[in-house]
Formats: sequence, structure tokens, C-alpha cells
Amino acid sequence: MFEPAQVAHLSRLARLGLTDEELERLRAQLGDIVRAVGKLAEAPTGQVDPTAQVGGLYNVMREDRVVDGLTQDEALANASSHEAGLIRVPAIQ
Amino acid sequence: MSLLDLSIAEMARGLRDREFSSVELVEAAYQQIDRLDGELGAFLRTTRDQALAQASVCDRELAVSPDGRGELYGIPVAYKDVLCTQGVETTAASRILSGFIPPYSATVVERMESQGAIALGKLNCDEFAMGSSNENSAFQQTRNPWATDRVPGGSSGGSAVAVSARMAAATLGSDTGGSIRLPASFCGVVGVKPSYGRVSRYGLIAFASSLDQVGPLTKTVADSALVLGAIAGEDPHDATSSQAPVASYQDAIGQGVSGLRVGIPKEYLAMGIEPGVRRVFDQAAQWLEAEGARLVEVSLPSTEYALAAYYVIAPAEVSSNLARMDGVRFGPGFGGATNLGDAYEHARHQGFGGEVRRRITLGTYVLSSGYYDAYYLRAQKVRTLVAQDFERVFSEVDCVISPTAPTAAFRLGERLADPLAMYATDLLTLPANLAGISGISVPAGFSDALPVGLQVLGPYLGEATCFRVAAQVEAAADIWRVGPETAGAAEEGV
Amino acid sequence: MSRQWEAVIGLEVHAQLLTESKMFCGCRAQYLGLPPNSNTCPVCLGLPGTLPVMNRAAVEMTIRTALALNCEIPEFTKFDRKNYFYPDLPKGYQISQYDLPLSLNGCLEFEVGGRVVRAGITRVHLEEDAGTLHHAGEIHTSSFSLVDLNRAGVPLMEIVGEPDLRHPEEAPAYLAALRQTLMYLGVNDGNMEEGSLRCDANISLREKGSSVLGAKVEVKNMNSFRSIQRALEFEFQRQADLLEQGRKVAQETRGWSDLEQVTVSQRSKEEAQEYRYFPEPDLPPLRVARDYVERIREALPELPRAKRVRLRESYSLAEDQARVIAESPEDAAYFEAVVEAGADPRSAANWQVQNLQALCNASKIRVADCRIPPVALARLVQLVDQDQVSGVVAKDVLAECFVSGDAPAELIASRGLAQVSDQRQLRELVEQAVTANSKAALDYQAGNDKALNALVGFVMAASRGKANSKMVSQLLRERLPRS
Repeated sequence: MFEPAQVAHLSRLARLGLTDEELERLRAQLGDIVRAVGKLAEAPTGQVDPTAQVGGLYNVMREDRVVDGLTQDEALANASSHEAGLIRVPAIQ
Repeated sequence: MSLLDLSIAEMARGLRDREFSSVELVEAAYQQIDRLDGELGAFLRTTRDQALAQASVCDRELAVSPDGRGELYGIPVAYKDVLCTQGVETTAASRILSGFIPPYSATVVERMESQGAIALGKLNCDEFAMGSSNENSAFQQTRNPWATDRVPGGSSGGSAVAVSARMAAATLGSDTGGSIRLPASFCGVVGVKPSYGRVSRYGLIAFASSLDQVGPLTKTVADSALVLGAIAGEDPHDATSSQAPVASYQDAIGQGVSGLRVGIPKEYLAMGIEPGVRRVFDQAAQWLEAEGARLVEVSLPSTEYALAAYYVIAPAEVSSNLARMDGVRFGPGFGGATNLGDAYEHARHQGFGGEVRRRITLGTYVLSSGYYDAYYLRAQKVRTLVAQDFERVFSEVDCVISPTAPTAAFRLGERLADPLAMYATDLLTLPANLAGISGISVPAGFSDALPVGLQVLGPYLGEATCFRVAAQVEAAADIWRVGPETAGAAEEGV
Repeated sequence: MSRQWEAVIGLEVHAQLLTESKMFCGCRAQYLGLPPNSNTCPVCLGLPGTLPVMNRAAVEMTIRTALALNCEIPEFTKFDRKNYFYPDLPKGYQISQYDLPLSLNGCLEFEVGGRVVRAGITRVHLEEDAGTLHHAGEIHTSSFSLVDLNRAGVPLMEIVGEPDLRHPEEAPAYLAALRQTLMYLGVNDGNMEEGSLRCDANISLREKGSSVLGAKVEVKNMNSFRSIQRALEFEFQRQADLLEQGRKVAQETRGWSDLEQVTVSQRSKEEAQEYRYFPEPDLPPLRVARDYVERIREALPELPRAKRVRLRESYSLAEDQARVIAESPEDAAYFEAVVEAGADPRSAANWQVQNLQALCNASKIRVADCRIPPVALARLVQLVDQDQVSGVVAKDVLAECFVSGDAPAELIASRGLAQVSDQRQLRELVEQAVTANSKAALDYQAGNDKALNALVGFVMAASRGKANSKMVSQLLRERLPRS
């Protein structure tokens, strides 16, 4: 039920970099899963509101106060590449 | 026997009465790890020097003032590797986080530390907590201590194994669709999935944010009540944490079940429950009835749609939550890619395993325009139905019981080739996550020498009821001191 | 030829909020001038496991803005994730608002070329800013980029305008009015150069009288009023030319190049639309209580248009004077304090707009921030109005006090600069003038009125500007009667 191009598009959107072989395997598995979750169509959801969160909380906010964060060194500690305090990434094209 | 066979309450008493020291407890834990974990694979890394140093501080403090300490003081524990630990590598069992050293600790870790608990190390799990067998770790296989050719259950497999094999007194895991309760059932330990928001998620590497909860795994129900009491409560860093006061869970234990109305959902028992599991369940139900509980058949009619809703909502959130794993601020780098597009794809292709890729792709799909309404929105509506089912049922009964899983631990590799069969492992556990209610798995017996857990589901913030019922089952089953044979083998070696 | 085409323009304005801390964490919202990546924490770095917690002040500022823009504030609002990958976006999604924003359906009135235009405001919503990217050289040729996350997570208000503008020159006028409103509200600093106020435009063309719209083009990278107008003029012409040639306008995003004064295609819209919005599970939704909204509404300051009208009507000011004085609420407050201290309103306006404003402009400060307190200016204006100091002297004194911070009235007294109105002193000077300029005196008496000016000028020079020129003229006329 998935076209190869569709799975390739999803892989691109999610930046997964899948190989053709991986895409083909995924295509079959996704088809099975999506068929199974198609069960949702049978549920009596006509007049039902969607639930995005449980717990019933509203208006949880913090006061506008500055709190100390990380130093530059701490912020960069896990970056694979940085120079002059900036994180280095390959060029945007 | 090992000191780790004791319950936490017993350990705390022993520490207070100077029968043994915290250093001895921690050393006993590492002895177990050294003996067993080569095969069991529960720990991804240990922090032995830190743990021993902390233990000796605890011992000094206890010598000065032995009283007035919390029961977790000086107790060896360990955390699932989805919980951030400041200064200690945290990977969520994924290559993409190899080498990631968080500059901060999860709130639950801080709370355990502030109680004096001593962290032994970080525990294996399915990559980003996605899986039901712990076979999706990027780094190692964790095995069930009751039968090492079987899975420990997932995703908090390492957390369950560490407790079951007496390598830690308590562990923390996370439960998104059953990831605490399922391995607890498979490994014969107690595991709690708190109500959504009862425990802070700050510092828990997110799988599905609207479903995730951190909870304890322990040998006894009382131990779980103790640990949950230590970690529960509002956190200003987690806007979804509940502001309600934390109930006194330990007081719930020993209250008995007399007069409680215990629901048995007929839909759950129709889910292809293995006969051995069914026998354990029926026995547990009889124990409760014998102790004065009233068993009531109840109906949760939306159960048949819950799995589908879960496998839309969770992947949708995954696809977004894992977008930050892009190799820029952390992660193993871009492998020499010369443009950003390739760099992202390199980092993520190298970094993610098959199940994670599958769920990201699925989640990307169900959120795409054109499919959103048919899948994501509809799944959210089914979520409402599932929650309404529970609300109605909890107006009739105090709690609901079922087997935790349809089967006992299955064999390694058995369900790997078939994602749908793997997903079905969570059939009985995931509705509680969709509804945000409380749940617990307590060892209730054995099927073919494999542990079988009973699941108790309580209402939203109804953890105390779960503990109350679970404690009764634990008392009747009287098996918590029985460790797996592998643990026993270590005993002989001592 | 392009006369038959009409532009349909809507602006999307992003305004950083003047909160203390960021939108979802305690890092500073004021990040300018800090070393790179020194204003971050695990939350705004998007480290695994971190969670956002909403800044109450950001929500309130957005509601305040929305009310000032005549928007409705729905009772329920929520936040959503907008998913896309970019190195300045640490989480891989931006927390924004999709289908249930904080406010809807407002409008903004502004003036352009003497006309009042009313443009609709679709919505004002709240989101988080991204970090900043630096490129070695040009973005398309550089081999790497550098990421600074100091700005990541700063609260950002998006003000989406309806496509109600019909001419490119309306765009800067709309933006100026909006900018002024935001600054009046104290929610934004109005700094377009530094990017705390940013503007994108949508422009499409249609045949005049037709309701059929052409493809919508989004124009970005305009960071001044001038570039907005230029970019839209360029884009109008470009689209008109395409349509004249019977070609289609592509729906796309184009960037304005200030250097080359052209728009350049950036990316096709098709790809950009896959944002996969869904409700942010980490933030509980908001229920906005009606009494809370009313409290904010009651506390709204007087807005620019209302202030201009009131200044004009209560103080009989000219339109232009009212506009200059109401440029900022602080300047207007300064003016009203001068009047309050006893100065005649129209004199006060003249002095503030013509003299003080010129001094301030030259020093690039605001009137309200200058070293002349309103009471001191009022005293000076009064001295001039009461003929106790000449206008010429007063202007010099003001300029000197503007620098030194001294009180003008005291300087006038201590230097003896007060205007000379003493008849005896003036008569002596008049006598000297007549003696020294006998020809001018005779000319005047012979009927040449202009000759009197030379005599007045002599007296003024002799008194070093202090003589009361009106009295001098009078005394001269008395001294030189015409037969």
C-alpha cells in the first residue's frame, strides 16, 4: 500500500538516509502496520473530542525570572565540532 | 545469601543497626554484577568508584547520626539509560547518543540522590525505550535471569533484570506502553507505572511525551511504594507534572482488600491469554476474593482500538521528539559529510536502529497533511474513548486486574521478524498509558517455571489502591524471596 | 502597461518580546553582545530529556498586543510543534501555535499619504525564536556554518496581517504604525537592524476589478522600511512583467538582496509546507480567563493614534507637531510635563519640536532621555513668552544646557542674559543708534520702513542680543517721528 517513492519521501523528511534495500524492507513493514492501525476507522469516534494530553492541567506557567544556565564550555562540551565558541556544521545547501 | 536479597526496609534497618555498612551493600551489589552481568547484560556502564565513595560518606554520616534518615539512605540503586545523569554518559541505548554526557540530572535522579540512594550505573533498555523485549538496544543483549535464552521484556529490561538478579535494590525505568510492567512481569519483580504527571519527566529522554512515565522496579511492593514516594510530586521543570499532593503509599500496604471492588475486564481476558498465565491470574483473583474483595466483571469496549491508537500516537510523538538527535549539539558527528543534508542523514542513519527508524517513519507519515485526520486525529479520539471507558469503570470498581502480558517471557529472537507480533505484547498494558491512569505489575506465580505478573490498574492518581491490592497478592503468593536460579548460583559461589 | 494590475499584500511581522527570560527557560531574553553560546541551558539547547515551561510574562505581553490591535482573545488556546530540521533549531521543531492561537481577528489603522488605511490582523500568536547562523563568506559557497544558540528560545510574537494592502508604499507605513504600537506597549524595542523586529511579506497580483488572485510569493530578508518598499515594488514589477508576457508566477519564497536590489528565489513552497504540526504534549493548554483579559485591557496605555488626536485637540497643536511629540510615549509624557509645569502648550510644542528635538536628533537620543528636565524647559519657555529673554539667547542657552545639564534659567540669571526692557537703558542705546546711523534715521523718516531694521540691528548687537526688540522698534519710532 506504500509506493516506493512515498517511503523514500518520508525517509527524506525525517532525514533517515535509508538505503534502497532498507526502504524496500520498510515499505513492506509499514504497509502491514498501517493496515493494522486502519482498525481506527472502525471506532465510533463520530462526536468524540480528541485527547492530546491527560491529567487535565491548564495554565501551568513560570515567572519571568532569569536563572543561571550553562557556560560556553559546558554548552559546547558534547558538540562534535566547534570553533571560537560556535558550533560548526557542514554547509547548508 | 546476598545482602541484595533483602528488601529495602530490611537493608535500611541493617544499616541503622550497624549490622552491615553501605559500602558492604554496594560491594555486594557489584559482586553480583561482576558474577552475573557478563551473561545477563543489564548494565551498560557502572560507576563503581563514585558509588563506593558515596557509600563511605553514607557510612560516616550513619555513624554520627544513625536515626532520622530516609529508608533510601545508603541503598544501591540504578537507572535506566533514558534518565539523564549529570557527568555520566547517557545513551538511551542508542548509537546516536554515544558519548553524550548530560550537564544535568533528571529530576527523579536528583530526588533519589537527595534521599541518599547510591547509583551503581546505567541500565540497558530498548533503543529510546522502543520495544517489548530489550532486543532493540544498540549495544548489548539483556537476558532473562530466569531463563537466559529468553527476553527480559522491554523496554526497561535492564531495570527488571538488575532487581531480579539482585544486582540493585531498586531501579528506575520508564513506561510508555508497558515498558516497566512488562519486564517486571517477565522477570518476577514489582514494577509501577504511575499516573501520567505523578512523576516528573524532566531529564527522561522522551519517547512519547504524552504517554511516558518514570517508575520504580523493586523486589517488593513496599519497596516500590517507598521509591515512588521519593520521586513523585510536582516539578517546576515539568509543566505536565501533577500539582496534587502525593499520597502516603506505604500506609496503603497492609490495609488488606476487604470491601474493595475489583474489576475484571472481559475484553482483556479474551486477548489470547496463555493457559499458564491464565491459571496464575485466576489464582490471584481467588486470593483477593478470599481476602474479602468483591470481583466484578467489567467492560472496556474500546480496548480493541487501543493498540492501533497507541501505534499512531506514540510514533507521531517519536518522530518529533527524536528530531533533536541531529548530530549538531551532541552525538558522534557527521562522518565527514560536506553538506548539511548529508550530515543529518549520516548522523541519523548511523545513529538509529531498525525499530526507531520504523517508528519515526510511521510517525512522520501519520502527521503528514492528508493523513493527519485519518490516523493521528482519529487516534486521539480513540484515546478519549479509552479514557472514558476507564472513567466509567472506576465509578463502578476500585481497581481493575488482568494478567500483565498474555504470555510469560518469550524466547530471544522469537518476535523480532514480525513487528506486529512484538507490538501485541503490550496489548494489556498500553491502554493505561493512553488513559494516563496508575498501574502496577506484581509477581503472582509461575508458568512453566517462568514468572507471571498480575497487573493492577487504578484510577488517575490511584496508586495507593494499586499498592494495596498488589501487596495482598504478594502476601498470598509469598514468592518474592525466591530469586532466579542464576541469582542462586551466585549465592553458592559466595 | 502594468497599470492594470493591483497588488495584494499582507505582512507577517515577528517581534521579540521584552521579557527578562526566554520563552521556556530561565536564560536571558536579551542576548545581544554576549559571547556565542554563553546564554544557553539544557532546555534551550534542546538536550535530550529537557522540557519547556511557559513564561507567564510572554503570554501576557502577547495578549496586551492583541488587545491593542483590536483582536479577539479566545478562551482556549494551545501550543503546537512545527517540525523541520535546521541547525539553528535545536529541538528539530519550533514550539508555535497552529489552529488555536492566542488571538484572532484584529485590525490596525495607519496613515499613508494623508489617507487613513485600515488593515486586518489575522492573528497574533506566540512562539520561540531560533538561534543564529554565521557563514564563512556567502551562504551558498561556504563549506561550513557556525551556530550560536544564544537567541534560541527567545519569545517571539508573530503578527499576521490580512492581505489588505494594495500598494507597496502602504507596507512600510503599516509596519511603522505597528512598530510604534509595540513600542508604546513596551513589548518590543523596534530594532529592525538587530532583528528584534522582522518582517516578511506576501504579495500577489490581480487584474484591477478582479477577485481572482495570482500565485502568492513570500518575500523575506527585508530589514528596513526602505527595503520593504523597494522589495515589494520590485516584486510587483516582476510579477506584472511575467503576467504581461502571459507567463505564470510561481508560488515560492524569495529573498530580497539589498546589495543587488532584486528578489531571488529561495525554495519552493511545496517542500516548506510539510511542517507536520501537532499539539505540543509538553505544555498544558491555556484557559484565558475573561477577567484576566479585562484587567490587561484596562491597563493598556494610550495608543499612538489616540494620543496624537488628544494632543492636537487638548493643546491646539498642529498635526505635524502632534506626530513628532507622540513619536514615543516618553516624548509625549515629556511634553505634557512641560505644559504641566506652566508653559504655554503651543510655545512648549514649538520649543520641543523645533529646538530640543533637533538637538536630540543630532545626538541620537530621545527627548525624554535628554539632560533638560521638563520643568527647566517650561521655565525657559515662560521666560521667552514673558519677554524676559530673547528667543535668540534662549536658543543658545538651551543648546549649552543640553550639553552641560545646567538649568537654563539659572544660566540666564548668572550670566545676566535677561532681556533688557528698561526704558532708560534702551533709550540710551536708541540714541547711540540714531547718532551712529544718521543716514538710516533720515531714510526712515523719509518713509523707508526698511531703514528701521538697520537701527534695530545696531541696538541688538550693542546689547549682545539682550535688548527687547519689540520695545526697541517702538522707541525708535517714537524717537524718529515722521512729519
